[in-house]
Amino acid sequence: MTVHIPSPLRSYTAQQAEVAIAGSTLAEVLGTLDRQFPGFRFRIITEQDTIRQHIRIFVNEEQAPNLTVPLRPDDQVYIICALSGG
Amino acid sequence: MTTFKPAAGSVALLIGTRKGAWLYRGDAARRTWRVDGPHFLGHIVNHLVLDPRDRRTLLAAAKTGHLGPTVFRSTDLGRTWKEAKIPPAFPKVPEGQKGRVVDHTFWLTPGHANEPNVWYAGTSPQGLFRSDDGGVTWAPFSGINDDPQYRTWMGSVQDGTPDGPKLHSIIVDPRDPSHLYFAMSGGGVHESVDGGRTFAPIVKGMDVVQGFDAATVTFHDPHCVRLCPSNPDRLYQQNHCGIYRLDRPSKEWVRIGKNMPKRVGDIGFPMVAHPRDAKTAWVFPMDGGSVWPRVSPGGKPSVYVTRNAGQSWVRQDKGFPKAQAWWTVKRQAMTADAHEPVGLYFGTTSGELWGSRTGGAGWTCLARNLPEIYSVEAAELRP
Repeated sequence: MTVHIPSPLRSYTAQQAEVAIAGSTLAEVLGTLDRQFPGFRFRIITEQDTIRQHIRIFVNEEQAPNLTVPLRPDDQVYIICALSGG
Repeated sequence: MTTFKPAAGSVALLIGTRKGAWLYRGDAARRTWRVDGPHFLGHIVNHLVLDPRDRRTLLAAAKTGHLGPTVFRSTDLGRTWKEAKIPPAFPKVPEGQKGRVVDHTFWLTPGHANEPNVWYAGTSPQGLFRSDDGGVTWAPFSGINDDPQYRTWMGSVQDGTPDGPKLHSIIVDPRDPSHLYFAMSGGGVHESVDGGRTFAPIVKGMDVVQGFDAATVTFHDPHCVRLCPSNPDRLYQQNHCGIYRLDRPSKEWVRIGKNMPKRVGDIGFPMVAHPRDAKTAWVFPMDGGSVWPRVSPGGKPSVYVTRNAGQSWVRQDKGFPKAQAWWTVKRQAMTADAHEPVGLYFGTTSGELWGSRTGGAGWTCLARNLPEIYSVEAAELRP
């Protein structure tokens, strides 16, 4: 599937806005991404494996509540930085 | 007592702000400052610290509004940066239990001179971490993070500072790497004499907010604790409830802030100890009245110095605005260099950086229009 990378995380992906990656769950995909781009995962997932407070992850058009969400090869994964204010 | 020679090299001021980090490199006379930055623009940088053992390695505790906490590391004085491989993080708890999450790393302390590559970190919520490889990987240190008694003393989010309760003021005794102190807002001051295997509170003599029980460690809110380099048996503390001194082996703090002028009071965040004279220390008083504005009393900012270990205090405001200057200086945002005369530096939450080359006798604004300043460190560079 394709993972869409928000601008605050592109320093990890050599400025790539999209990364093609394989995996059957969100946890697997993020694990692979972190091996490819070390440090990436901890910026958006806590040490308790929860999605950080101001991060949202959408699979296609559905918000993922946790990392157990199953994925298909043609899914689009969007990582969104969700924070307002200064 | 230890005698130190004044530093001979140049000074770099390391500035952590709500929107990034800056370095101000001073000339030999500490008259002009060359700006280097921003580094990590947009990151909340709570602390930026130089390793005094190699005078090259910088560690920055950073996060953004959305992204989780990390530590950046430079081994060339900020020319290049790499992220820690394993930043401070609490252990993962078993499924079904609620584990703690590091919101941000708040405080960084280099280890003992005889323990190169050792660093300590304090986090929000309160956690104590250590690195043995110069900040590349971090692990929980000591048992306090999970100790039921310590967890009680740490209190809840409501007991801490507005942006989260913090572990700070990690101090390593320069005579003995196994002698450690740390403080928690809230949660008191603590000491270990066994290399961090165990800690015990030292809160006797410290006041708490009226109506609360001073015997309860949770209610103690030390804002900043500093050890005197020239006499490591002496510590100074700026607390939520006053200014204190502790002379070991005593375990009872003495409220030396009672000797401050009554109209100014003894409330504030930072505490600065003289590098060579344990009788001299500085504070930046803020208004602790009514709804606790935490700004310069009366809008007239001043530093106060004691030269007799807190028996009396002298106002130092030459160069500051005389009115309508409502400054707040955070606990990590005031420091001293090791030169003669001592240089003092602080940053305000309104983004001004001030300095004195004369131990506080006269002040100059070194920079304006920075973001909200969280920390100021005076790094001694190689001569």
